[in-house]
Amino acid sequence: MNVKACVAGLLAACAFTPAFATDLVIATVNNGHMIEMEKLGKNFEKENPGVTLKWVTLEESVLRQRVTNDIATKGGQFDVMTIGMYETPIWAAKGWLVPIKNDAAYDVDDLLPAMRNGLSLKGQLYASPFYGESSMLMYRKDLADKAGIKFAERPTWDQVRDAAAKMTDPAHGVYGICLRGKPGWGDNMAFLTTLVNAYGGQWFDMKWKPQVNSEPWKKAINFYVDLMKKYGPPGSSSNSFNEILALYNEGKCGMWIDATIAASFISDPKQSKVADKVAFAQAPSAVTDKGANWLWAWALGVPASTKQPELAQKFIRWATSKDYIKLVAATNGWANVPTGTRKSTYANPEFTKAARFAAAELKAIQTADPEHSTLPPSPYVGVQFAAIPEFQAIGIAVGQQISAALAGSETVDQALNQGQQAADREMRKAGYY
Amino acid sequence: MHTPRKYPAAQVLRALVSWLTGLLVFFPILWTGMTAFKTELQAIATPALLVWTPTLDNFAEVQRRTDYLLYAENSLITSVGSTLIGLLLAAPAAYSMAFFQNARTKDLLVWMLSTKMLPAVGVLVPIYVLYQTFGLLDTRLGLTIIFTLSNLPIMVWMLYSYFKEIPREILEAARMDGAGLYQEFRHVLLPLGVGGLASTALLCLVLSWNEAFWSLNLSAARAGTLASLIASFSSPEGLFWSKLSAASMMAAAPIIVFGWFCQKQLVQGLTFGAVK
Amino acid sequence: MALPATVNDATAGAAHATPPAPGAAARRPASRLLPRLLLAPAVTSLLLWMIVPLAMTIYFSLVRYNLMQPGAHPFIGLRNFEFFVTDGAFVPAVMNTLMLLGSVIAITVVAGIGLALLINDPFPGQAVVRILLISPFFVMPSVNALMWKNMMMHPIYGVLAQLMRAVGLTPIDWLASYPLLAITLMIAWQWLPFACLIFITALQSMDREQLEAARMDGATYLQQVRYLYLPHLARPAAVVIMIEMIFLMSVFAEIFTTTGGGPGYASTNVAFLIFSQALLNFDVGVASAGGLFAVLLANIAAVFLIRMIGKNLES
Repeated sequence: MNVKACVAGLLAACAFTPAFATDLVIATVNNGHMIEMEKLGKNFEKENPGVTLKWVTLEESVLRQRVTNDIATKGGQFDVMTIGMYETPIWAAKGWLVPIKNDAAYDVDDLLPAMRNGLSLKGQLYASPFYGESSMLMYRKDLADKAGIKFAERPTWDQVRDAAAKMTDPAHGVYGICLRGKPGWGDNMAFLTTLVNAYGGQWFDMKWKPQVNSEPWKKAINFYVDLMKKYGPPGSSSNSFNEILALYNEGKCGMWIDATIAASFISDPKQSKVADKVAFAQAPSAVTDKGANWLWAWALGVPASTKQPELAQKFIRWATSKDYIKLVAATNGWANVPTGTRKSTYANPEFTKAARFAAAELKAIQTADPEHSTLPPSPYVGVQFAAIPEFQAIGIAVGQQISAALAGSETVDQALNQGQQAADREMRKAGYY
Repeated sequence: MHTPRKYPAAQVLRALVSWLTGLLVFFPILWTGMTAFKTELQAIATPALLVWTPTLDNFAEVQRRTDYLLYAENSLITSVGSTLIGLLLAAPAAYSMAFFQNARTKDLLVWMLSTKMLPAVGVLVPIYVLYQTFGLLDTRLGLTIIFTLSNLPIMVWMLYSYFKEIPREILEAARMDGAGLYQEFRHVLLPLGVGGLASTALLCLVLSWNEAFWSLNLSAARAGTLASLIASFSSPEGLFWSKLSAASMMAAAPIIVFGWFCQKQLVQGLTFGAVK
Repeated sequence: MALPATVNDATAGAAHATPPAPGAAARRPASRLLPRLLLAPAVTSLLLWMIVPLAMTIYFSLVRYNLMQPGAHPFIGLRNFEFFVTDGAFVPAVMNTLMLLGSVIAITVVAGIGLALLINDPFPGQAVVRILLISPFFVMPSVNALMWKNMMMHPIYGVLAQLMRAVGLTPIDWLASYPLLAITLMIAWQWLPFACLIFITALQSMDREQLEAARMDGATYLQQVRYLYLPHLARPAAVVIMIEMIFLMSVFAEIFTTTGGGPGYASTNVAFLIFSQALLNFDVGVASAGGLFAVLLANIAAVFLIRMIGKNLES
């Protein structure tokens, strides 16, 4: 041990960069709201002299690998981590996260209940929501009017299919519907799980047996593949949020069902050619509307391996406070504040005036219930995922197969059977049965 | 000139084809460079814009969001550092293998190369745990060490094959004249092997500069190199093509331009003992 | 800067004149110790670099160790290996690895020789063309993948799609329809300059007098290529194959950034499979088992390599 300590000391001594006690290292996703936080971080530094915020901004998939690796090996490289609704309860249960300490100004009761529940374990908040989202239908009002379509507040999938048929106009480069197809548990499977939920399916039954090749799955996935082949854009099997956003902003999509956060992008004239032509409805239902729209939050948490828990907590209270939202509003206008976290945001008339999508977004978030997201009872929590450690692997494997079915290299039945097999292997390996 | 002058038409055609191929191969880089000067909406316009008013906003945005100079400094220090340490380790080994060859030399060489075959991602967790134990996570030293070790086999091999081509008689003659090891190295080996040393160093520099896996996974806020900078700009929510292009150009341009200036050296030195 | 060429020429003569003299080492008393001393730093550090992670990998491969399930790591024998090889993606992954390796090597060697021959003789702007040709070598693999995915192969605003539409064809969604081909192209693009560089270097050391003589005798260009150039390029070709093999066995960044191994398993290779076990499933046990399998695969390749080196580098 002594030798090891010696070597470690020596190496640390000659490591070129010494660590400063006042650095706060924050790992975050490279999404717009976080980049804004990075810019506004200067204000926090001003209020706390001597503190330097160090940002590690990564794309979502890489970030997830980095922080999981670090927290599980107790690497201690980060003081604040940006994590999602999937990781928070799992990591909290393992004791990897420090409970969030809030104060009066933070006003924990102001958080939307769905968000607060999703980020808590046994009633204790373990990560503070930075922005939240559900999913909804975003359609082109002009195209719908032209085709004589009127959408209900929550249309059914059959109505959506009919509308897609009417809107599709390849000669003008307009595809009726754009949906995710790129494999990944947070990519195509996030959307497809809500579709399967609407068709009355679930990931696991009460005995934790995977249900991937059950009837509801077959119906849902066949519907999806058929819909995309007929009315979707080419290359759907490699499209995810960004790719579709680009298509939509270029005016190539009639309808799009995806994260509510997209609403602020497609209605921003600076990046969208169709900003003034978009309208919103709730995500479609089929046999049920249970779990038809997802629930997600990007939240800030403190890993147990940090050396500066107090400062980290302080930063989180700052970045997820009401005042922070006001700060963003003052800097960039109310249309650009991080949404989906606080009741007070939606109660603010300035916000609802600036953000046309506010009502639809709030409704979608309020109707999502991670604890009761499927028609048959399920043992897991989560709408578009199951909050168990094994889910990532399973979601990726199944997502790969469905993507292959969409690309046409497999039939839907083959894909689902292979997905079921992969899921079964994972669950067996993990010792569920 | 030894070029045949008999078929000027063929010559012209050949030059033309050469130019076309060159431009074709270079096109993706050119296109990315062009995209870096477009706005996000222009970047996804169909049909693609060939004429537009260039903007520098993307570069400004990259600079504002990340400490570009810190990343560039890290890249420079780790790649130059690993190249120098690598040469210090590899040159004596290659010398020994080239001039005191025995039956096991070839096996040793192949074994060295085989250490490159354990896929990096398979050993990430062991290395991560080791680095954490020794406090090497997120340090330039840590990255320098790993770059050095992963390039070492290639360096030894390159230098070995270069040294092997130096006529033994010259060294023998020097020794007869009473030259010591240092003098032999300084006055005989170095002048003769300088081409090999330079091109080995160049190759190692390029490989270290472009290494992304370790740099991404072992660094956080302090030691990240330019190769890991890209991950900050790839696939966020929202349009990112032109910003990503700008970041890519800023990360890759130094080494590309450096490569242009040194291409002559590379062309002459990259022999791996293949030239006879 | 003509030094290397002259050295090469000199060696060509010297190598034949003096076969390695076994007695040479005995001339100086210190010379038995010296070579070992010189070798020691490199060998020791490589040995450490190899043995420490390898030992840890072997240990991890025999225990149940998932980062997401902390706690004890019970010994489970060869179950991790079993799990790795019975994965539905395993057989396709091995096949894809070999396919990728084979096709990238074939493309780069053939095109590399072609290009080297093409630009070997001086023409206006030769230096610039050479710069254009070798530039991809300096581009980071991750940038390379992003560039091809977003700028070139994107089915809607990619350059290829726009070109196809311009001539009235339906654009191909490369990454979905021909994922392995698309990745092969990207990687071949990156490695083509490397092959080119080596072949250009080799061509510079061609025996000019021999070429001149062949021309005097009225040999056509094709005959010169067949009987003079190609034989001369056999050794460099072996070197290119060998080096590319080492690097291409563990390609995964390009796959991760573009297709994510899909659709289905269509573009999953062994390295990507290990990656998905290690960083998507966080199963260190299975990933270690996979890593060891890759080492096995690499060693099979290494045996093959020794033969090739023996044949081509010994001469």
